[in-house]
Amino acid sequence: MTDVSQARKQSSPSASEGFDLAKLLLEGRAFFALIVIIVVFSILSPYYLSVANFLTMASHVAIFGILAIGMLLVILNGGIDLSVGSTLGLAGVVAGFLMQGVTLSWLGVVLYPPVWVVAVLACMLGAVVGLINGVLIARFKVPAFVATLGVMYMARGLALLMTSGLTYNNLGGKPELGNTGFDALGFNRLFGVPTGVVVLVVIALIGSIVLNRTAFGRWLYASGGNERAAELSGVPVKTVQISVYVLSGICAAIAGLILSSQLTSAGPTAGTTYELTAIAAVVIGGAALTGGRGNIRGTLLGAFVIGFLSDGLVIIGISSYWQTVFTGAVIVLAVLLNAVQYRRRSKLPSATGGQPTSQKRGKAEPANPAQGKTAR
Amino acid sequence: MKPAADTGPATGDAVLSARNIVMSYGGVHALKGVNFDIHRGKVTTLFGENGAGKSTLMKILSGVVTPTSGDIVLDGNLVSFSSSSDARDRGISIIHQELSLAPNLSVRDNIFMGRELRTRTGLDFAEEQRQARALMADLEEDIDPMTLVEDLRLGQQQIVEIARALSVDSRILIMDEPTSALSATEVEVLFKVIRDLTSRGVSIVYISHHLEEALQITDYAVVLRDGAITATAEARDIDLEWIVRNMVGENFDLGSPPTGHEFGEVALSIEDVSVVDTSGSGYSVVDHLSLDVRAGEIVCIYGLMGAGRTELLEAVAGRVPMAGGRALLEGEDVSGLSIAQRISRGLVLVPEDRQRDGLVQTMTVGRNLSLASIEAFARGLFLSRSRERELVEDSIRKVTVKTAGGNAMIGSLSGGNQQKVVIGKMLTTNPKVILLDEPSRGIDVGAKAEVFRLLSERAAQGLAVVFSTSEVNECLSIAHRIVVMRRGRISAEFGANATKEQIMAASGEAVVA
Repeated sequence: MTDVSQARKQSSPSASEGFDLAKLLLEGRAFFALIVIIVVFSILSPYYLSVANFLTMASHVAIFGILAIGMLLVILNGGIDLSVGSTLGLAGVVAGFLMQGVTLSWLGVVLYPPVWVVAVLACMLGAVVGLINGVLIARFKVPAFVATLGVMYMARGLALLMTSGLTYNNLGGKPELGNTGFDALGFNRLFGVPTGVVVLVVIALIGSIVLNRTAFGRWLYASGGNERAAELSGVPVKTVQISVYVLSGICAAIAGLILSSQLTSAGPTAGTTYELTAIAAVVIGGAALTGGRGNIRGTLLGAFVIGFLSDGLVIIGISSYWQTVFTGAVIVLAVLLNAVQYRRRSKLPSATGGQPTSQKRGKAEPANPAQGKTAR
Repeated sequence: MKPAADTGPATGDAVLSARNIVMSYGGVHALKGVNFDIHRGKVTTLFGENGAGKSTLMKILSGVVTPTSGDIVLDGNLVSFSSSSDARDRGISIIHQELSLAPNLSVRDNIFMGRELRTRTGLDFAEEQRQARALMADLEEDIDPMTLVEDLRLGQQQIVEIARALSVDSRILIMDEPTSALSATEVEVLFKVIRDLTSRGVSIVYISHHLEEALQITDYAVVLRDGAITATAEARDIDLEWIVRNMVGENFDLGSPPTGHEFGEVALSIEDVSVVDTSGSGYSVVDHLSLDVRAGEIVCIYGLMGAGRTELLEAVAGRVPMAGGRALLEGEDVSGLSIAQRISRGLVLVPEDRQRDGLVQTMTVGRNLSLASIEAFARGLFLSRSRERELVEDSIRKVTVKTAGGNAMIGSLSGGNQQKVVIGKMLTTNPKVILLDEPSRGIDVGAKAEVFRLLSERAAQGLAVVFSTSEVNECLSIAHRIVVMRRGRISAEFGANATKEQIMAASGEAVVA
């Protein structure tokens, strides 16, 4: 055709070749980081490398992992969900409240819903919190950061109000009331594996299928990569946007149930700052906060890196203050590497990253730099 | 290229000269060895179509970008600008085509942005305010320096942009489309200011699409076409016809209207459509416009920037709301439908800005191509990968995208091929009507011809095609009918045998007797 396409054809392969090792290390960084963590701690502590310890650590990771998968959906859309930690706490408290029995004074009865009803109601609560986030953001154009920040406070406040700041310690239920079995949600083991881990695996599989094999997944990647282009291609961008917050809320509620079950208690302050850990896991997993880039596998690796690192530091007896410092350093390193990776991609001719979703509708948008070059 | 071949007649009085400037972006040559002189104390006007390289050349002369090769000579000395502030320190300032104001700041703060006046303890707001007020008085504009820029209408914002350039006391002032949003009175005032500046020895470079207007003020005319200077002359020796001839040049053959098929029924009917400006000024960018397009027909909408072409097409596609009127697709009113519903009924839009509105840069070529037709390869809840692959491969073949395959990243393609992907994505939905907003923007002439060939093939199969353009040559290619828009209305309609002069006259670009 013209000299243009030929010049591009020659230049584009050369940009991706030649960095094979560097590229491999960069793109598989979460995986390599996990291996390094396991190797280092196995050398430092004889207790680290054992099936029992791995299962314990995995049951910790399950909480963050489930939150992070919900967060990944939101971040793929170019948003952020700061409310998941509070939603986790609220769902746990509501579950704890339901387990104590619901007194209907005008009927003079006390209802003891079975555990599966409690679980479903808690998930519905999570969905409602997510729906509020989604509607605020998609319908009323409140920036995601602010909307979910507000909901984060409200959910936490409600959890504290419900219990007056106290914790429900009796989640066991009574056999004669037919509401036993809360343990099964996270504390018990299925074929030796904690149920929380099983739930994580199931959610990860479903998430993977949704992202890769359904129209919804495609819509999510498209609207996160370029909302305007997606909308003009007929993608229901608003529905997608609301849905991701609902799904994130449900994931948070599930994590809340599992955590309450693991701890055999439901406290109103459970999950404080967990939203930040979930965001960190997603970022370490290579997702772009601007949307459109990221996957379940990376996010799971991110969750395992954080979980295995902090548990490892506990096992070798490093103070919890140092744990915080280390976790922070890993996050900064991950974001730094993300920046390197995406900058390298954008160096390719006219390849530009996606833009944050919530700001895209502004009228006076500066022209895309690459676009400016081609237009003039 | 020898400098002598296209250097102006008055090399001696050049204050700033560009010598053999080459500018390449990737494989695209925006400038191909340009020699350009700015005459001391005169107005030098640069004429050229969109994409000819005018803005690129001005960005080089003002230090915004560094040329791939070539020299810049200032007062007889070879110079190279490290940045636009470096150029500004040497007395060169530029008024950009796109406004570069901070809307959240006041007029005063915008004028002195980046070179604030200081006292020993802080900023000298009083002096800044006084100077800003004096500049507004010079421009005969009643704007308080403390007004926020976002509260000004577009024309006034442009005045602020001009005031900022004037405030620097530069020796060379480059004005890239300074009048696109100005009223006739404001243009007159600007011209008075320009004459005042030249009488004080300031050299002006002027760029405008309004040829007649530019001809009034200019002393020297330079014409740029496809990245090369095609003609240079003194203003007294030339007329509009000369400019148009040199600007447009010989027609590169972009094809001719497809023949041999009958037009079908009216496919798209635009009835009395109005669109109100989004900035809330209440001004109608599309003003009670009606247009019918039949199946198999290709209609070109020609107009200057701001004529309302984009708004019309976006309103019909459902992107922006209509303030009045309706759009019928094969007789069915689609005005209330969502974009997705319009696409599934067969009405699609290829947007003007493919980076911003057309492509998802984070996805592959294949996923971009299939994005608008996901239902076609969905099997129940899941997507069929094999069906998608077939669809994508078929699409790549039909629109002749030059790519390593559906799995290549979209950013690896050239501009022309990216545009084909955007068009291909919409054609894959099997539309009845396709609207294309400036489909040739930012792509080279070869790709342009291929895009037009593709459209005329599909029209012969019964697709109704409406495309907009601001290049006359493109109207006179595959379109059966040419509609000229001016200020939101249709100012003229021509058949395929119209002349460039007729079309440009109707758009308000040039009134040729």
